[in-house]
Amino acid sequence: MELNAHIPEGPIETLWDNHRFNMKLVNPANKRRFNVIVIGTGLAGAAAAATMGELGYNVTAFTYHDSPRRAHSIAAQGGINAAKNYSNDGDSVHRLFYDTVKGGDFRSREANVYRLAQTSVSIIDQCVAQGVPFAREYGGSLENRSFGGVQVSRTFYARGQTGQQLLLGAYQALMRQVDAGTVRLVPRTEMLDVVVVDGRAQGVVVRDLVTGEVSSHSAHAVVLATGGYGNVYYLSTNAKKSNATAAWRAHRRGAAFANACFTQIHPTCIPASGENQSKLTLMSESLRNDGRIWVPKDNNDTRSADQIPEAERDYYLERRYPSFGNLVPRDVASRAAKREVDEGRGVGPLKNGVYLDFAESIGRLGRNEIFERYGNLFEMYERITGEDPFEMPMRIYPATHYTMGGLWVDYNLQSSIPGLFVGGEANFSDHGANRLGASALMQGLADGYFVLPATLGDYLAGLLGTKPAGTDAAEFKEAEASVADQTKRYLSTNGKHSVDYFHKELGKIVWDKIGMARDKAGLESALRDIPALRQDFERDVKVLGSADSMNDSLEKAFRVADFFELAELMARDALNREESCGGHFRVEHQTEDGEAERDDENFSYVGAWEWNGPGQAQTLHKEELTFNYVHPAQRSYK
Amino acid sequence: MNFTLKVWRQSGPDVKGSFETYQATGISEDMSFLEVLDVVNEDLIEQGIEPVAFDHDCREGICGSCGMMINGQAHGPGTRTATCQLHMRTFKDGDSITVEPWRAAAFTLVKDLTVNRSALDRIVESGGFISVSTGAAPEANLIPVPKVVADAAMDAAECIGCGACVAACPNGAAQLFTAAKMQHLNLLPQGQSERYQRAERMVETMEEFFGSCTNHGECQFACPKGISIDVIAYMNRDYMSAKVKNRKLSGQS
Repeated sequence: MELNAHIPEGPIETLWDNHRFNMKLVNPANKRRFNVIVIGTGLAGAAAAATMGELGYNVTAFTYHDSPRRAHSIAAQGGINAAKNYSNDGDSVHRLFYDTVKGGDFRSREANVYRLAQTSVSIIDQCVAQGVPFAREYGGSLENRSFGGVQVSRTFYARGQTGQQLLLGAYQALMRQVDAGTVRLVPRTEMLDVVVVDGRAQGVVVRDLVTGEVSSHSAHAVVLATGGYGNVYYLSTNAKKSNATAAWRAHRRGAAFANACFTQIHPTCIPASGENQSKLTLMSESLRNDGRIWVPKDNNDTRSADQIPEAERDYYLERRYPSFGNLVPRDVASRAAKREVDEGRGVGPLKNGVYLDFAESIGRLGRNEIFERYGNLFEMYERITGEDPFEMPMRIYPATHYTMGGLWVDYNLQSSIPGLFVGGEANFSDHGANRLGASALMQGLADGYFVLPATLGDYLAGLLGTKPAGTDAAEFKEAEASVADQTKRYLSTNGKHSVDYFHKELGKIVWDKIGMARDKAGLESALRDIPALRQDFERDVKVLGSADSMNDSLEKAFRVADFFELAELMARDALNREESCGGHFRVEHQTEDGEAERDDENFSYVGAWEWNGPGQAQTLHKEELTFNYVHPAQRSYK
Repeated sequence: MNFTLKVWRQSGPDVKGSFETYQATGISEDMSFLEVLDVVNEDLIEQGIEPVAFDHDCREGICGSCGMMINGQAHGPGTRTATCQLHMRTFKDGDSITVEPWRAAAFTLVKDLTVNRSALDRIVESGGFISVSTGAAPEANLIPVPKVVADAAMDAAECIGCGACVAACPNGAAQLFTAAKMQHLNLLPQGQSERYQRAERMVETMEEFFGSCTNHGECQFACPKGISIDVIAYMNRDYMSAKVKNRKLSGQS
């Protein structure tokens, strides 16, 4: 496998403009001759499908939800970054680029990140024109706030529901195209295979989740915008259905999977309350603007928060990182919280959290102002825990939130399978080893509205006059048969344990061994334990019901089977990466004061893995990273 | 805590359904209602009984997937709460709880507690958008939006599309859903160009699928986002104006 990132030549400021000029175009009359399949209707998928529809392509958009509006992008709370410099505080495209490369701990591609920063500006324009009700100043101009990992205010937001409002904007743009007849929307349908014919992705095999019918669909190109794989941990902030199946099946068909070990543990989530916890809820990072994080100094302190005097509290982030304080990047904040809890200073009934305290801000700004900023988050917290953050500090703890790794893509967001494009969290491209807050929404929309429609055009232009392979081709039949086989196997296994049982067991291994801190021995044991558990799963899973009706357990069985293989790759990737960077913390590689120690000499590359068949270790391919504009240095937030 | 659940089971739209009684034992008060259903489902799988099908996803009250009638109330007791945000501390130990799917003519049953809400997408498709193609947007701050207007639009835009308003309405009407989307857009300066076409098309599409509003007001109490029926009054105003203005405008063209 040859990996070519196809980064254009020239000064970074001009790359995207020049590239767009050099790309081939499809004339308007020819666009409707091209069929494009988009899988997933979150920010990246809905935006890409809508924009491709506006351009005149024939788009078919699949979602496993009953409506595109349910995609997990909807749950993003805090905001979206853009280099508008409306706050006049020294922001610029270059600074957003710089912050993102640095925040990603120098493991992202400069060219992609620069384009992201440039595009951010147009995203805000587009969303405002669509009617996204961003927060406003009294004069009517857009309001900004600050976010972790940066020192400027460049985050646009809509209360604590920014993801919802941006997704609804993209969903509405998509529905406008459905109405116009350029996009065919197929809900409650899950992709189970990518079909590669003559070396190009030419279609997909999907399962109708209501009737169970398995069908083939062919197209000139396929876009995957299917989100991340955080649910490999079982407990995460991801929605319950979020899964890696589409991306993983593409990997099995030849798409390289990059940086699988780069997973983000978000520092401010509500701690688990017990064994039956089904998911974790994130409290927006924006809370760290006005909340102060602390634990009692004494390990055995069992007093309630309000009984602990100021002198007996340790505001450990402010102490260790005086210049960024509570606003250090996510990976730094998460590891710091883990250290406090591991050393026995955790708070709450299970001693599994740290305090996020608003008392000082309430005193300074007043209760009303705090309610205005975070009212819905406070309500959400109270509903879940039964405690009022105006009276008692919140309890928070890190939880899996986002996966920087994903399918490898070049500058055009094309995977190593020609014709298969990947956008949003499903690709690996822009966040390096750690994503900054309010940058996921930015990347999803940049990919969907601006990058994919342009680069797909260039690819499609080369196919003018050709028809995609018919769904009667042998490759489609083979893919359909493999889905049917797998279905039959699960339904007939009739073992002892439910799919969720195995998913939880897998999650425990992944969280313990490939979580916030990783070491060689743990990763090697994960590489033994995961395949062993997968064998148990294949032998002993119990899936009831039938193949030809709605069957939640069957859907989950497909997803969990893929999580097993993905978890193994995460361990392999983490074992290979003998350094600490961003979300990947190898215990063996830390500085004297416990900070991540990168090894630029040996690991300044993207680790892209090639599938070699079931049960076989993947082959590593390295895409070397070069830094011409942001000089790699140890990240310091002190 | 222990509960007795009476759950509606129906394997498909054309099959007769019935209530089945299940016990949920060893439940903690911190568990959500959907986590209780998870526990019940695990028990059912153990016994070889197909688990209860229900829509759910984000489990934090924003995706709008979940929704069921709990003791006859859409999303159960409590205000401004989606089913996934309902915690068992709301109930008393030993309670018997009845669980049914949304019931409305426009929402056909798929399986057990899962219904088809695609009629709501049809309403959005008919005008719940601002027509601006990618790339055609002006600089964002060229369109000032007074804070009060942005806030009012946001109040309406918070709708999660769960369908509780329809399920709670004795007429199975979708006025609150439709009006919330319409007013989000019609209040904003960006939404003015299409304001009256939008009003006419959305209302007429709504009426193809749903019942009529007779001002019961149940919808706003069922709404997990607390959207006020004031938006319905605004929608009616816009629809009335549309009937006049659209005719006049089309005459001019």
